[in-house]
Amino acid sequence: MADLTTNFLGITTPNPFWLASAPPTDKEYNVRRAFEAGWGGVVWKTLGEEGPPIVNVNGPRYGAVWGADRRLLALNNIELITDRPLQTNLDEIARVKKDYPDRAIIVSLMVPCTEESWKAILPRVAETGADGIELNFGCPHGMSERGMGSAVGQVPEYIEMVTRWCKENYDKPVIVKLTPNITDIRYPARAAKAGGADAVSLINTVSSITSVDLDDFCPEPAIDGKGSHGGLCGPAVKPMALNMVAEIARDAETAGLPISGIGGVTTWRDAAEFMALGAGNVQVCTAAMTYGFKVVQEMISGLSDWMDQKGYESTDQFIGKAVPNVTDWQYLNLNFVTKARIDQESCIKCGRCYAACEDTSHQAIWMKEGRVFEVNDAECVACNLCINVCPVEDCITMERMEAGQTDPRTGRVVSDDYANWTMHPNNPAAQAAE
Amino acid sequence: MAHTIRTPGIVAGRLAEDVLAENFSDLHPPLDAHEAHVAADRCYFCHDAPCITACPTDIDIPLFIRQITTGTPLAAGKTILEQNILGGMCARVCPTETLCEEACVREMAEGKPVEIGRLQRFATDALMAHGPQPFSRAAATGKSVAVVGAGPAGLACAHRLAMHGHNVVIYEKRDKPGGLNEYGIASYKTVNGFAQAEVDWLLDIGGIDIRYGQALGHDVTLDQLSDAHDAVFLGIGKTGVNRLDGFDLDGIRPAVDFIADLRQTDDLSTLPVGRHVVVIGGGMTAVDAAVQSRLLGAESVTIVYRRAQSEMPASRYEQDLATSKGVTLVFNAQPVSANGAGAVESVTFEYTATNGSGLKGTGERFDLPADQVFLAIGQVLEDAPDALTRKGAALAADAGHRTSLANVWAGGDCSAEGEDLTVTAVAQGRDAAEAIHKSLMGEGGPANG
Repeated sequence: MADLTTNFLGITTPNPFWLASAPPTDKEYNVRRAFEAGWGGVVWKTLGEEGPPIVNVNGPRYGAVWGADRRLLALNNIELITDRPLQTNLDEIARVKKDYPDRAIIVSLMVPCTEESWKAILPRVAETGADGIELNFGCPHGMSERGMGSAVGQVPEYIEMVTRWCKENYDKPVIVKLTPNITDIRYPARAAKAGGADAVSLINTVSSITSVDLDDFCPEPAIDGKGSHGGLCGPAVKPMALNMVAEIARDAETAGLPISGIGGVTTWRDAAEFMALGAGNVQVCTAAMTYGFKVVQEMISGLSDWMDQKGYESTDQFIGKAVPNVTDWQYLNLNFVTKARIDQESCIKCGRCYAACEDTSHQAIWMKEGRVFEVNDAECVACNLCINVCPVEDCITMERMEAGQTDPRTGRVVSDDYANWTMHPNNPAAQAAE
Repeated sequence: MAHTIRTPGIVAGRLAEDVLAENFSDLHPPLDAHEAHVAADRCYFCHDAPCITACPTDIDIPLFIRQITTGTPLAAGKTILEQNILGGMCARVCPTETLCEEACVREMAEGKPVEIGRLQRFATDALMAHGPQPFSRAAATGKSVAVVGAGPAGLACAHRLAMHGHNVVIYEKRDKPGGLNEYGIASYKTVNGFAQAEVDWLLDIGGIDIRYGQALGHDVTLDQLSDAHDAVFLGIGKTGVNRLDGFDLDGIRPAVDFIADLRQTDDLSTLPVGRHVVVIGGGMTAVDAAVQSRLLGAESVTIVYRRAQSEMPASRYEQDLATSKGVTLVFNAQPVSANGAGAVESVTFEYTATNGSGLKGTGERFDLPADQVFLAIGQVLEDAPDALTRKGAALAADAGHRTSLANVWAGGDCSAEGEDLTVTAVAQGRDAAEAIHKSLMGEGGPANG
């Protein structure tokens, strides 16, 4: 069994699966249960400044998006940062850390955007013995209205400023948690790095309305007939998160900046994908909130099995391995020609490929006598939609045409030379090959 | 309780009333909303779906299932009933395992089709519970059509004609409507008086008058109907039964009569059944009679079918239902004689084999003890007017279900076309109504030839 021990910012944990700052990490009871279940670390739910505790709504605080069989695809929440007294949280953090020295405890923080506020809380966090802090610049609801959370995360200058304050007043690693509610994730990431951040973690939740009640015309979750946007998380946000992680990993200015990947990690495979795109570890919330802490056992066994199969002895052997393969569209090889192939043995004759292709794509699938579906290479542009809608995995595949064959759609002979848009004759800006 | 399953002879009250009630409760209880949602979610919404092709009434199954998944079961019910006004009954009695569910791509993919029948019941139950039917009559045409037989074919025909604005008079020989839905289907497939409730609901469209005690050829003739109406539809079913020579001892009777008694009784504990029951035949009627005998408390029940299992008309699903209830299936055996003095005591069978020239007895014989024997060896057309051309033993009709007489149409079991199923009868009744409508309204030739 592969060793999942992961070193992130000098913090060594038995596996790369951390619980994200969220309701599951709000108190000692939950965190102890999480560690007993096998989680490698937790980011303690965000602490705020000393003073009267935060007040939450007393009606529903989560909304949801469901898929087949009511499987939870996304959660949306309007919960604020911890509503328990600061000292209570600090005492609990110290106790748990003492009992679980091999697990990471990172303390998430969100205080007003003044240096005094940060100076006041950082020494108290340091006293707990926690392994580091995470700056919550991502929370998109409630706290942002008070100038915190994503209100800071959406202004790169603020990110840099607060990060610097923290680095100057705290000795252990500082992770900056980024909001996806911006247009280009590279700017806040660069600002965090400029401020001295040891790492960034992303994504925080996506501003969202999950549904509207069509009887009282109120967004969900409804609080006395009104709703407020919340933050979306869970499997539905994973594609956006993967892209943002990759953007930071391959940006010249931030390349090499450690990343803690967050956003819909539900299985070992999701974790491996984040890590392949450059995340040094992953943080999980929705999967735990959906299935309980035990899900980490599948993540541990799955990742370990996969590493064994691939011959990886440690996680750093595959972290970032996919980053070089993330490129811009203009560099994609236009001489890579594929055609869809339908395996008649595994085809169950549902005809979804046909409907999708005939109605919405390129009319490249024939429906023949006896519900036999075949690809017409002369029309197939290899768009992949047939594969995407097919209910049977691997029934339809994309097969590459070999060099020398003639693509019946274009009449051109397939070449195995690499040729991208920057070289294409239709591109006015193309550089001549000669 | 005076009797037990081991009491000799044919007696009533072999089981306690609570056991009987349990035995004859809904065979497949309805799906609740959550179950329906989960079941509906498995539908792939296939292109040109094979299940639609497999349905004799061409119900748009993917559409109604999608309507269930999107929380609009009433719309789903309407989608079904537009094609099949007896969609509620068909949801209960259709051999879906040989129709839509056999064609379902998930049957091919996983051996577990989408539960189309139960989903259809969910949607139609929802719609029927919601209130009046969603169909209404077109402007009155002033035309009048006679429908003979208030079974599935006749009811479907009458409803569609009523929708088109024609006046319909149904002539029914029994004193209740429904045909085999009321008299011929196992009790546990249609509980709580559903058959009558469905007919009442159907008739709510208006414009349909039912006259009971009107047997064709006895109480009313085809000539009289032709004179009194603009067109005639015959949905008279197959009400005669095949008999076996020499099988006339006491305790031997047609299975359909036993099933009808079961359906009409108010008190199952008064219904007599044998200790050892033998059912001769291989169709759904044989299975229905055998299973219900067991459920009434017969100690042993054996279905004996003369051909191989693979040729048995009752589906494998029905066979499995029978064996799960403790019925023994014997294949490749034909009846030789019923033995007994006055009342039947046993039946002698001979094993059969198929060779080039057909089914032959092998000479090897065996006896089964029997104090009750049900014959389920097929029903036949009776009381059909001689003026109509036959095709085999049933009425000949063209693609539009018109018989050899230009003003007479026919559908359902009395017609030579299609399988003898409720759903087929509905399709033929509906399609005949469309043909009659066209004919009466001046399309497709004269109504009276």
